[in-house]
Amino acid sequence: MAEDPYKILGVRKDASAEDIRAAYRKLAKKHHPDLNPGNKAAEEKFKAVSAANELLSDAEKRARYDRGEIDESGAEKAPPRSYRQYAESGAGERYAYAGGDAGFGENFEDLFSTLFRDRAGPGATGGSARGRDDHYTLTASFLDAVNGATNRLTLPDGQTLDVKIPPGTLDGQILRLRGRGGPGRGGGPAGDALIDIRIAPHKFFKREGQDIRLELPVSVREAVLGAKVTVPTPGGPVVMTVRPGSDTGTELRLKGRGVPAHGSTAAGDLYVRLAVVVGEPDPALEDFLRTHPEAGGVKNPRAGME
Amino acid sequence: MIRAEAIFVEFGLAPEELDRWIANAWVRPEGRAGAWLFHDIDVARIRLIVELRGTMEVDEAAMPTVLSLLDQVYAMRRAVQRLNRALAVAPAEVREGLARVLTEVG
Repeated sequence: MAEDPYKILGVRKDASAEDIRAAYRKLAKKHHPDLNPGNKAAEEKFKAVSAANELLSDAEKRARYDRGEIDESGAEKAPPRSYRQYAESGAGERYAYAGGDAGFGENFEDLFSTLFRDRAGPGATGGSARGRDDHYTLTASFLDAVNGATNRLTLPDGQTLDVKIPPGTLDGQILRLRGRGGPGRGGGPAGDALIDIRIAPHKFFKREGQDIRLELPVSVREAVLGAKVTVPTPGGPVVMTVRPGSDTGTELRLKGRGVPAHGSTAAGDLYVRLAVVVGEPDPALEDFLRTHPEAGGVKNPRAGME
Repeated sequence: MIRAEAIFVEFGLAPEELDRWIANAWVRPEGRAGAWLFHDIDVARIRLIVELRGTMEVDEAAMPTVLSLLDQVYAMRRAVQRLNRALAVAPAEVREGLARVLTEVG
């Protein structure tokens, strides 16, 4: 039941206890399952009416419902998910114990040493083992991933790790920081930190491999008469020429203005797609178009669709 | 992922307070100063710290101890859950044997 009990009983929020009792009796008589044998709808309705009455006929429950402390079913309203629910799930690893004694509770081998004592096999006691790899996720901004940047990651032990995100990093790329994982045992080498890079979307740039796409709004005047316009690029704004007679959908390429060159990969291009914006009503333009019906280039732009 | 602005609104926190909590590593968002990104667990942890400070009157000096103890408890509970999952797929005789020993000791 997820419906307002007042609605179910057909009474107002300020109805008296007497009104509620009367409304309940009337509906209960009508929908009572014994009076409507085999009528599933009536049975459901009767249940809903009974539940609504149970809630509203109890002054205390009714007051709690009105205050929003309990829901229609009388259940306590769910508080926001508690920290415990996260901490006990895999997400809790983000806040693994930050104390000095590495691996308390976290290091399973340590906590249940008896379980692992014999596992290495005879003669292996005291042998060395490489530390475990630690996995982290780091969300980088679109431009940091395109241009490269150093982002800070706070490790479970409270230390910070400066992660160098190379230019042209792709979503889902995993960076390996050697030796920044768990400590080795018995003189073994430390594990690595593996950092899963996620890239947040950008407001207007879209990435396609090395190229970047951008939709650039231009005014009617700029599109018809041509103009020099400033275009944002990942490397900073550049001035671009819009030719006279440009249109929505006209695509211009700014060579080398996409993802910058890195390693053996050449720089990508920035594809700018124009989008003509008519904007506020302009009386002069309206008059002109009214008196020059042939203006605007095409008579019927939908001709090809018939 | 949630931005710091939403946190300020939801919890009525001052930016300096949140910055200090991050500097203390009580909260560990991703990103960098000025452009922090918070996971759901980070938000829940901020709510926890707000509640510890408000309702439970834990002051800033005691907060690291309280958080550290909580982190240890949760680390332990995650470890126990892992063990539990491992036991769930262990052979029946192993589980029965353990149950026997555990009830004897208890």
